[in-house]
Amino acid sequence: MAVRQAIKNHQQEQRLFFVRAVIMVLVVLILVGILATRLTFLQVVNYSHFTTLSQNNRVRLEAVPPPRGLIYDRNGVVLAENRPSYQLEITPEQVRDLEDTLARLTDLLSLEEAEITRFRRELRGKRPFQAVPVKLNMSDEEVAIFAINRHLFPGVDIQARLARHYPLGEEMAHVVGYVGRIDERELARIDRRNYSGTTHIGKIGVERFYEDVLHGQVGYQKVEVNAQGRVLRVLEREAPVPGRDLVLSLDVGLQAAARRALEGRNGAVVAMDPNTGEVLALVSKPSFDPNLFVHGIPASVFNELRNDRYQPLFNRALSGQYPPGSTIKPIVGLAGLEAGVTTAARTMFARGYFQLPNDDRRYRDWRREGHGLVNLDKAIAQSSDVYFYDLGVRMGIDRMSPFLGQFGLGQVTGLDTTGERPGLLPSREWKRATQNMPWFPGETVITSIGQGYMLATPLQMASMTSTIATRGERVRPHLLRGIIDPVSGDLRLHETEWLTPVQVSRPEHWDQIIQPMINSVHRSNGTAYWSTGRFIRGYTLAGKTGTAQVFGLAEDEEYDEEGLAKHLRDHALFIGYAPAEAPRIAVAVISEHGGSGGRVAAPIAREVIDYYLLREDR
Amino acid sequence: MRTLVRALHLDMVLFTGLLLLAGVGLVALYSATGESMTMLNRQLLRLGIAFTALLVMAQIPADNLKRWSPWIYALGIGLLAVVLVMGEMGKGAQRWLDLGFVRFQPSELMKIAVPMMVAWYLADRPLPPRFLEVVAAGLLALIPMVLIARQPDLGTALLVGAAGLLVVFLAGIRWRIIFALGALALVALPVLWHFMRPYQRQRVLTLLNPESDPLGAGYHIIQSKIAIGSGGLYGKGWLNGTQSQLEFLPERSTDFIFAVYAEEFGLLGGLLLLSLYLLVILRGLYISVKAQDAYARLLGGSLSLTFFVYLFVNVGMVSGLLPVVGVPLPLVSYGGSSMVTLLAAFGILMSIHSHRRLLAR
Repeated sequence: MAVRQAIKNHQQEQRLFFVRAVIMVLVVLILVGILATRLTFLQVVNYSHFTTLSQNNRVRLEAVPPPRGLIYDRNGVVLAENRPSYQLEITPEQVRDLEDTLARLTDLLSLEEAEITRFRRELRGKRPFQAVPVKLNMSDEEVAIFAINRHLFPGVDIQARLARHYPLGEEMAHVVGYVGRIDERELARIDRRNYSGTTHIGKIGVERFYEDVLHGQVGYQKVEVNAQGRVLRVLEREAPVPGRDLVLSLDVGLQAAARRALEGRNGAVVAMDPNTGEVLALVSKPSFDPNLFVHGIPASVFNELRNDRYQPLFNRALSGQYPPGSTIKPIVGLAGLEAGVTTAARTMFARGYFQLPNDDRRYRDWRREGHGLVNLDKAIAQSSDVYFYDLGVRMGIDRMSPFLGQFGLGQVTGLDTTGERPGLLPSREWKRATQNMPWFPGETVITSIGQGYMLATPLQMASMTSTIATRGERVRPHLLRGIIDPVSGDLRLHETEWLTPVQVSRPEHWDQIIQPMINSVHRSNGTAYWSTGRFIRGYTLAGKTGTAQVFGLAEDEEYDEEGLAKHLRDHALFIGYAPAEAPRIAVAVISEHGGSGGRVAAPIAREVIDYYLLREDR
Repeated sequence: MRTLVRALHLDMVLFTGLLLLAGVGLVALYSATGESMTMLNRQLLRLGIAFTALLVMAQIPADNLKRWSPWIYALGIGLLAVVLVMGEMGKGAQRWLDLGFVRFQPSELMKIAVPMMVAWYLADRPLPPRFLEVVAAGLLALIPMVLIARQPDLGTALLVGAAGLLVVFLAGIRWRIIFALGALALVALPVLWHFMRPYQRQRVLTLLNPESDPLGAGYHIIQSKIAIGSGGLYGKGWLNGTQSQLEFLPERSTDFIFAVYAEEFGLLGGLLLLSLYLLVILRGLYISVKAQDAYARLLGGSLSLTFFVYLFVNVGMVSGLLPVVGVPLPLVSYGGSSMVTLLAAFGILMSIHSHRRLLAR
């Protein structure tokens, strides 16, 4: 470059640039001349033509929002519908004295301060001929009161529009979710054109997950307006494409049965069809009324819900992460069989505690005196902790953790709704990565009985149970049964998604963990027999109880349920499926601080399964 | 006063012109937004930021810019690639980089980086450039153009491409190459048509016959022409434009704000606005002609003319001469992303002018 720079002729280049610049100036002047001519043509030559058009311009395009798709349960019960809702609107330019009108309306309909504040805020961005709502969601009585007095309020009118309504209220709140007014963040995310007439959007749950299906396509109408811009009549209409209706796999009756069974307790129940992955019931208690959110929840009510110590807004069924406790013993047993560290025939003597070699610490069994001579069957059916402590240590965390992972622990199931959390499946790598600490042998001991770091959601536990029921076949749980075709009205079924199955080296390994699960319910020494098994008629239930520690006890302390504050008591858990020989329903139950899994959680599962199996057989 | 202006490296003619344009813009915007003080305040804030950018750029001697050119260009290309990859992962159009405290559009950076790069490449070579150098310079402009068009943002891609090509033209590219390339472009048109997205084709078709689709894309142009035409010689008066106030006119405060202005201030107002733009553009070209080295000349000339391209494309579109391409009316349309770039470019021009004597020595 240095060589060529020597032959650069600066003066000539400057001249060259000057010539080019002059050419561009000429081009600019010509083009600006064209623009000026164009403007003259429009504004002077054709002035009268466009003036006429402008004066006759009474036609405006308006967006017509599509009606939102409905949501049904599997039997056609409506879970979410659109109901006419009445709101009071004020058209500012037609009101002579706005303050006086507001004052008189306040007397008539007892408007709240918050409503007036919102009205004033919305008023600012609007043109005088645009109606601004002052009272949303009027009751029939309020509509009637205003109708009588309407002649006293020029410029004030009642407007009917469709609003989302959830007829079952808190029964379905967590799973169906709710819609609410579109906020700033959502505005940035959505296709503004398609939402130009829409005020509400799915916020959580199915309403949010299937927003695209439920919403539909916006329509337009050409309306004739008068000189002030008020709509006189509709000239032309391109109808919106309504949102499509969803049919969920949920069974409202089963959902209600599960809620009844949980009566007086906080917790969650998840029931699913192990063969298809269809979720039949998804209950989280306590719950809330989703209808509160549709019309904008008052801050006081919202704060009350948010600060409630039992957290009704929290969806325990898929956001609640609990220690799974003894409910994972069957698959830990299966892991032991597969790893070759135990067999169905092997017996050991289980004392009341377990010790690692060269370690004084005693890992206690829930039964003080121990279980005596135990094999795998007894260890599962009577839930021996010491047997599994020993098994876990023989197997080691590096073999146990990946095997449990095959059942979906530690990862979201991918259920088609919002808010699901992954739980936690601990491993040596996990501990190194998150805490930068080595894995200690004692941690393997407690992981073997689902304590320690391990966490699972009730949904994950139900999914794990399904996998046992199908002997390794895995399906992704889903809530959508199908979408109703808007043209034909046919139900297009959601396709079952198969996941990588759990493969075992010998099929009888499944029998060797399933038979003890049946025994735990139907044999008199099983953990769920006296509370549950002895009342079951008409089917066989394979299950496993669990009692998850919330409160760490010192080695020499005794767990005293009565003496402990309620929020420190153990969580009661139960997983199970029935009929054992041809599974149709898999259930996971958790009763927070409920105490013993056998006494509390197993009867809840039984009520749910009774409803599902016996009601149909009747 | 004089010394202050000199100390800040400002050019009074350019600065006054820009302030007047921004002022007219605010007047038009207040009407177009339905007298919204909130939006007016936001626009004021953006103008404040943009004029700050101008002040900052005016302090940087063009020599420094020249040295940085390849780096800024490389950074811009990198950011464009990041945006594209993120867009592919996040579905749909992606033009933004979210830096947490501020959102940033790399394609805006390219509006300045591309002419800088092309000017840097050509400035030290003997001009007029030889054919291969023209090809290389063309590639420098084409690569970011394609990346931006993929976002897809056709309007910005065209502006970036134009900025690069203008440098090449000002550098003195021979006429026979221009004609050859022109002929090639004519041949390429059908190919381009083939690669256009359906909505882009629709816009071209709508331009040729707006009445064919009065409810859809043609609606914009029809309503915009009615707004301008019914403004007449003197206009309907500020805040009295029925087309805009009654919401017949779409995109009133952004791309179609010229129609609001022309409806309310008439042909006289329109010509006044065009004259203001012309003043700014001609002053920019004058500064470039007076510049002392090839880099400053090429860059300054290109930036001034790109500003004109903005104006011509926008007013041409609003008055129904050109297809609807998303190009705002510079300094007047509501929205901030392009404002900072525009005024930063004028900061560069001021720097070229005010650092001249120092370099002359």
